[in-house]
Amino acid sequence: MTAQPRLIEVRANILKENDVLARQLRERFERAGVTVVSFVSSPGSGKTTLLEKLMARLAAGHRIAALVGDLATENDAARLQRACPQVRQITTGTVCHLDAKMIAAALEGWTLEDLDFLFIENVGNLVCPASYDLGEQMRVVLLSATEGEDKPLKYPTIFNTADVAMITKIDLAAAAEFDREAARRSILSVRPGMKIFEVSAKTGAGMDEAEALFESLRISNDPV
Amino acid sequence: MHELSIALSMIEQIEQVAAKHSGTVRSAQVRIGVLSGVDCEALRFAWEIARTGTPLAATALDIESVPLRVRCPACGSTHAAEVHSILCPRCVTPEQEILEGRELQLASLEIDE
Repeated sequence: MTAQPRLIEVRANILKENDVLARQLRERFERAGVTVVSFVSSPGSGKTTLLEKLMARLAAGHRIAALVGDLATENDAARLQRACPQVRQITTGTVCHLDAKMIAAALEGWTLEDLDFLFIENVGNLVCPASYDLGEQMRVVLLSATEGEDKPLKYPTIFNTADVAMITKIDLAAAAEFDREAARRSILSVRPGMKIFEVSAKTGAGMDEAEALFESLRISNDPV
Repeated sequence: MHELSIALSMIEQIEQVAAKHSGTVRSAQVRIGVLSGVDCEALRFAWEIARTGTPLAATALDIESVPLRVRCPACGSTHAAEVHSILCPRCVTPEQEILEGRELQLASLEIDE
């Protein structure tokens, strides 16, 4: 074939469908007055434990629900249910991330107006969740003290797309010879100005500050 | 490895555009930002799998990797940046506005009529 092909300009986002759905979700959350926060991290960095403790604290004054994504099992949902009863597990099968469509489907039957907070625990993965907007108001990325301080440099996209970083298992920092300053430096080099919290769900260190962060989101969401 | 999901989304999107034109799609041009979370090599590999058995089985994929470009809110300059050190080279302000580098875009199609 020697004829020149015709060039058709498209200029469309490849994940347009997800972005449109995420935008609709964000509008729905805003209208309902529910604060939505998602958590991303590598497997085993303490998302479920942190959420369990945070939700138990916030449940005293707020109505809370959670969605939790995993490839398989309902174990994490069962754990979170100890802190609040309204929890749904999203089992993704072979899919390595949550997307907006899964969130919309999982919310079916829930009245968002009856909620103050919705927490979303993404599949443990520092790569794939970065590309998918879930309609959340804030994305929190976790880095545990038992992981390498340079993880943010190895996975810059997920740290760059998150709003806040939490260094978890800070009680193990000394035992793991975790260099807090080096970890901070690597987070800030990929996401300058990022707010960093140091927490231990086990000892409770830093948990007041983490709780205050979510409370502050709530205040800004209250109708004036 | 979410590149396969991305490739499947691309197939769907390209078929939708191609349906409005007669002819076969010779190639698709995509722009992938270095901060998009998508690995170009993995996407090439996933494309080979995703296109098999579809009307796009012979469609080539041209990937343009888009480097990071940021704008400094303090001094107003725009400049290229490295993913590992997003800092204004002129005034060393850390918080930079990202102008380019997050793209995950289907730019154009070449269609043989």
